[in-house]
Amino acid sequence: MQVYLPIADLPVNIFLVLGMGLAVGFISGMFGIGGGFLMTPLLIFIGIPPAVSVASVASHIAASSFTGALTYWRRRAIDVSLALMLLSAGIIGTATGVWLFTMLRALDQLDLVIGVSYVTLLTVVGGLMINESVRAELRARRGMPATLRRPGSHNWVHGLPLKMRFKRSKIYVSAIPVWGIGFIIGFVGAIMGIGGGFLLVPMLIYFLRVPTATVIGTSMVLTLITMASATVMHAVTNHLVDAILALVLMAGGVVGAQFGVHTGHKIRPERLRLMLGLLVFAVGVRFAYELVVTPDDLYSLRHVSSE
Amino acid sequence: MIARIALVCALMLAAPAAQAERLVVSLSNARVAVTSNFVGENLVLFGTVQPDPGRDLLGAYDLVVTVTGPRETLRTRRKGRVLGIFVNVDSREFVRVPSYLAILTDRPVGEIAALAILRRLQVGMDNFILTQRVGADFADTVSDDPFRTAFVRLKRQQNLYSQSDKAVTFLTPTVFRASVPVPANAPTGLYGVDVKLFANGAMTARTTTTFAVTKAGVEQYVAEAAQDNGLLYGLATMSMALAIGWLASVAFRRD
Repeated sequence: MQVYLPIADLPVNIFLVLGMGLAVGFISGMFGIGGGFLMTPLLIFIGIPPAVSVASVASHIAASSFTGALTYWRRRAIDVSLALMLLSAGIIGTATGVWLFTMLRALDQLDLVIGVSYVTLLTVVGGLMINESVRAELRARRGMPATLRRPGSHNWVHGLPLKMRFKRSKIYVSAIPVWGIGFIIGFVGAIMGIGGGFLLVPMLIYFLRVPTATVIGTSMVLTLITMASATVMHAVTNHLVDAILALVLMAGGVVGAQFGVHTGHKIRPERLRLMLGLLVFAVGVRFAYELVVTPDDLYSLRHVSSE
Repeated sequence: MIARIALVCALMLAAPAAQAERLVVSLSNARVAVTSNFVGENLVLFGTVQPDPGRDLLGAYDLVVTVTGPRETLRTRRKGRVLGIFVNVDSREFVRVPSYLAILTDRPVGEIAALAILRRLQVGMDNFILTQRVGADFADTVSDDPFRTAFVRLKRQQNLYSQSDKAVTFLTPTVFRASVPVPANAPTGLYGVDVKLFANGAMTARTTTTFAVTKAGVEQYVAEAAQDNGLLYGLATMSMALAIGWLASVAFRRD
């Protein structure tokens, strides 16, 4: 069944978009990520203009992460104070990112910068996650405790001043790395048009030693707030949020996310991290392939203005 | 008196002595409504020729219908390999070109008139002027210019540019119909229909008409809200996201 999208200005198969929403929602619920780095390329692939895709996906992610966050809230798996600390620095990061975004567009090389940053970020983060989770898996096989939280195993991050206690996560860390991570997520999100959940989860685990139990719920709260405000910002500045497209994506996304959350709880954390690592790495390789392989068509059109 | 004679002479010269034929056309629909189930449409253009009495009618006429959509400016970019990866290395801006262009004829354009005439009247895809910005200048290039070829090819792939020599049918020697394809991704706005009548390789009559592609119903409502009330629209979309998120978490609550 075809439905015409009023802002994207083209008809799409409603079941195809619903299916995409379900699939990405499932993944986002399972790993506690927004899934923007999967959904945006998928929409562009079926012909939706990139700008409309980025703007509409923001609202879809807001819906998915809200339903996920509510579920985690009931499980008492959200560290509100940690989320608020991350958010305060994230806003500054977003502003800096938007400024750089505008500058790069003036230089006409934004596409390249986005492509290269996707490849670098996804392959490096994916690779690190695979490496770490395989080691954890091997340790578990040898009968050692799989978790990284050993008493006294503090890294350099824990030596920094301005220490704060985050009760829900049972960690006692400096505010500096928390702000740093928040800033990076906000910055990268603005440049690449993603929520940044797939970056946030591993950073919280590796740098702050946030336990897997609270890391996903906390990440979801952050994603929810950034994506909800991104929706409003996109609607005000570019008028490119397609409400009909967003509605179809959301309907699939929230249902998928519910199943994802339940499935995620049945899988061991180390294995979950390995799966996410493989997924992130695969998407990175896919982007790299696109940059290196001769495209089918060397030419492309870009809309400048209408009258 | 002399002035009056001069006026009469001028009127006689201006009178349609060279243009003996008259052309009357009508579209099946003056407005294409883009609703939520819009998947494209075919408009039908009907027309008759009021012939010149002296002409042998059988197979005398050829018809060229040129439909142009709202103008837009596009950039055609070419990728090249730089340090192992493909990046946009060159681009050309196409200024105020039609977003939609359909050239409908009753037989191949080359058989209708001589090339010089086709060029002057912009008949056919190769002869239609697509202005490019080349440095500080604005000009159309030769029809086999690589950027122009790529531009037309990409537009054809999107079903926005087309040329068909079977789209016009003469039902009788003086009555014709043409079908104008309006694809699902046709931009909204006013479309111009330029109808040219040819006889013996020369244009003998010309007329124009228009039709509009507009959004209707929910589509129109959403598009206008997004454009005119950005903040309200954004807040409404965000609330919708939160409502759906909450609804799903309640509906699927298992604990």
